[in-house]
Parts: sequence; C-alpha cells; structure tokens
Amino acid sequence: MISKTQIPEDKVIVARDLTKKFGNFTAVDHLSFEVGKGEIFGFLGANGAGKTTAMRMLCGLSKQTSGEAWVAGYDIARETEKIKRCIGYMSQKFALYEDLKVWENIRLYAGIYGVPEKDIAGRTDDLLKRLGFEAEKQALVKSLPLGWKQKLAFSVAIFHEPKIVFLDEPTGGVDPAVRRQFWELIYQAADRGITVFVTTHYMDEAEYCNRVSIMVDGHIEALDTPNNLKQQLEAKNMDDVFHQLARKAKRTEQ
Amino acid sequence: MNAVSANLIGKKYGKLQALSGISLEVGEGDIFGLIGPDGAGKTTLFRILATLILPDEGTASVCGFDVIKDYAKIRKVVGYMPGRFSLYQDLTVLENLTFFASVFHTTVEENYDSVKDIYQQIEPFKNRRAGALSGGMKQKLALCCALIHEPSVLFLDEPTTGVDPVSRKEFWTMLQRLKQRGISILVSTPYMDEASLCDRIALIQNGKFLKTDTPQNIIKGFDSELWSVRSDHMSKLLSDLRLNEGVSSSFAFGDAHHVTLKNGKCNSHDLSVYLDGLKHTNVCIQKIEPNVEDCFMQLSGKNIL
Repeated sequence: MISKTQIPEDKVIVARDLTKKFGNFTAVDHLSFEVGKGEIFGFLGANGAGKTTAMRMLCGLSKQTSGEAWVAGYDIARETEKIKRCIGYMSQKFALYEDLKVWENIRLYAGIYGVPEKDIAGRTDDLLKRLGFEAEKQALVKSLPLGWKQKLAFSVAIFHEPKIVFLDEPTGGVDPAVRRQFWELIYQAADRGITVFVTTHYMDEAEYCNRVSIMVDGHIEALDTPNNLKQQLEAKNMDDVFHQLARKAKRTEQ
Repeated sequence: MNAVSANLIGKKYGKLQALSGISLEVGEGDIFGLIGPDGAGKTTLFRILATLILPDEGTASVCGFDVIKDYAKIRKVVGYMPGRFSLYQDLTVLENLTFFASVFHTTVEENYDSVKDIYQQIEPFKNRRAGALSGGMKQKLALCCALIHEPSVLFLDEPTTGVDPVSRKEFWTMLQRLKQRGISILVSTPYMDEASLCDRIALIQNGKFLKTDTPQNIIKGFDSELWSVRSDHMSKLLSDLRLNEGVSSSFAFGDAHHVTLKNGKCNSHDLSVYLDGLKHTNVCIQKIEPNVEDCFMQLSGKNIL
C-alpha cells in the first residue's frame, strides 16, 4: 500500500492495480497509471472495455474490489467526499437542468460545489461574457442549441475551479465547428492548471490530448503521447492506432 | 422508381422551423447518408418519411407510395430504427424479435434468412433481457427487429452514435451487405467520416440541406486549396494562424491544422516565412485533399474565432 506522502505533488491521479469485479466478471483489471497537473489525458477504449467503471471509481461513485488510487491527493476508498469537492464532471447524457434558466443552472452548481456566495454573481457575469452568452442569461437551457449547452455545461463543471474535470464523451453529436470551439475551452482550462480527463469516440480528438490511454478488456493496452503511439505502431493516425489495439479484444460482449 | 423521394418538405414546431425546402431522392439499392449535427432536423425528416408525423409543406413518397395518402402501405415496406433505443427492455432478445415479427404478421422462422447474418451474432444471448445487453448488441438486435418483415427500405436514425470506432466499422460492413441484397438505406450520422461509405449524402444543418451529392463530388466542390499545417506548438500555431490576415480559415483537425488562404494575399511560402518569423519550429505545410468535414464547415460558413 502506498501512503499519502508518497504521492508526488504534481500527480493529480495515481492508480495502482485498480481492479473492479462484478461477480466473476473483471470489468477493470489491475489499472495502473498517473496523470499530471494540467495534463489533457485521453481515456479511450471500445464500448464495454471498462472505461465507465474506471471513471466511476475515480470519481468516488463506486468502490474498487482491490488496488488503490488517489485523486487530487485523496484516497478513492476512504475520502470520497473530499474528492467530490475538488472534481468537476460532465457527460453528454446529463449535464444541465433543461427547465432552469442559464443563470439558475450556474447558481445551482456553484452552490452545490461550495463557491462562496459573494463570488457567484460576479463570476457568473464573467463567464457569460467570456462565452458570449450575455443575452442568454435568462433563457431556459432547453431553448439553447446543443453545442451551446455543451459549452455551458463544461464551463459550469469547472466553475468551482476543480483540480480535475472528468468529461465523458462531451462532444458526441456536436456540430464540427462547435466541437472545435469546445476543445479550445478544454485547452484554456488546462492552461489554467485544471487537469482534463476525457473520453471520446472521435479519433481526431485523441490527437489533441497530451497523452492517451487505450483500454482493451479491462486493462490499459497502451499509454503514451499520440505521436509515440503512432510511431510505435507505424500507424498513420490515431484511428489506425485504435483499430490495431482494439482488435486485440478477446472478451466477447457480455 | 426511387426508393424515397421528397419534394420541398417543410415542418414547423410552433415557431421553430425544423425543416425547410428539403428535397431528396434515394435510388433503389442506394445508401443515402444524412450528415449533420444533433438538432439539424434529421429525426424530423425520418418521422415524416416513416409516416409518424405530417409535413406542413411539400410532398414525399416511399417506394412510390405517398406519405399521407398511402401511409398504411408505407409502414409495411419500411424498416425503421429510431435513434433512441426502441426495444422492449423487459423482453428477451428472442421475445423482442418475435414481437416485431408478429406485428408484421410474420414469424421469425419464416423470415429467418433475412436477419440470419446479424442475428447469429446475438443468438447465444437470445434468452437475455434486452435491457441487459451491451450497446453494440442492442444495436444489432434493433437492426434485426427492423429487418424481420423483409422491408425494401431501411430508415436508420443515428445507428452509430456513441458507438466506438471498431463497432462502427462493423456496423457499416453489415449495411454494405444489406445493400448487396437490394435494400435501399437512408441513414443519418453525426460522424463525418462515415459519409464516404454512402453512395450519396446530404449535408444538413438548421433544417436545411447545405448540399446533396456523391461524397466525391462534394469534396470536388471545395472551392479553395487546402493546406495542412503543423509545428511543435500546435495550440500557439492555431492562434498565430488566425492572426495572419492572409489566412481565410483555420481549424484544428487531429494532428494538423487545416488552413485556407486568401487568394492573391498569401501563398504557402508567405505562410512559411510568417511562421518562421514567429519562432515556430518544425513547421510543415502540405497541400491536402479536403474531407467531408472540411466541406461541411466551409458550407456552413461558421467562423470560429
């Protein structure tokens, strides 16, 4: 077992042999990796490879069967409440409340994540200005185009300046131009020191990550920078890398 | 006879113009792709063609039957796989298939051949409840249920959304096999890379078709030279490119930025000199063929600044 003092300060995620079993089925099999501060880390894998299970453990939502992991310096088994305070989370499926106005959504999440009361109004205006959404402050979220919702959802997920933000397929179905604007928001967040942990099925987006891991059958089959992965596998792009590695999957879909 | 033909279809939901001026023709045995983001109107068009809602304007027919007058006939010849998972979660794989067969007054045994290729992949799990299947298997079961009455036209609304690249490739292989059997397919997708697998495509945004043609012709229609630009600092490179007045558009595309230049104002040599001046290292500028996503962004004319 590793103790807290052994976690290097610049590592925001440290996982050692993290494993999760459901009955006889090993969904996540001895996962070991580290993610540095301000890094954009792509977490790729085929459907059913174990990505969601791993992500749920790192967010403190599901307890591991064995192994250990530290997120923002906290133990995922014993300090889940502390972890929840310093992470942000956004997925394609659920992000904002459709029946609340834009400012109400920001207000709600800011409150949940404990942003000081006196700061909320000012920071809300700053955020809307940065996104160019000032005119939509009073609009219901359901009236916004999908791409705007996703940009707003991301901004809300990092409104409390978390140490790390988990993004689960944030750009699925989004317009190509907006998809690129979304990635620019990711870059800005990373430049401010927020670590970004992202899953995606768009392989061009894998190229935007500092490092990428590819999960196959519950374990990490490869982990490196996109350039190194392409060189190692003599692949012309990340799509090719993904196909070469994911083809090794033996586990039949259950 | 075209499998599907639509002429100037329009549809409003309250004040929202969901579709306007939509015309398309899907030839017999063709795969026709509707390519566009969420909210573009793809599902509304499917619902009109599947006779589930009425258009406000225009006419459409499927297999020669009018979507309004002959709606009952259309329902017999069309297989429809809606975007959201459409199966009964509490029924098993086999029960779902049997149910859909009985709705169309047939049986699984009678039409087994038409689903055999795909059904065999999920048959080992035929007694599992549909709700407990993985994403890829649900997709295969839904396709079987849409095929069990031997339709001549298939409507597939975003069958590959949220599906990983390997399973997406498999799914398209299945579609190619259905095409060989003479089934006409209208399929929608937000993944631009799937466009090249279609015979013809329509790029759709905000309820309108930006363009309809073969993927090859759409790419030929890209009306400027396209350059791929790389350096050691891709993020700074993107902002520097946008600051150059000779640059007309610049977008991140995987491991390179795709750039078009203003005619007469800037050429690739000028650009190379400009980037060297800004201390970019390992600058690489190459002329490339555009892809469908480049075309979509050029046609949608959105500026990203």
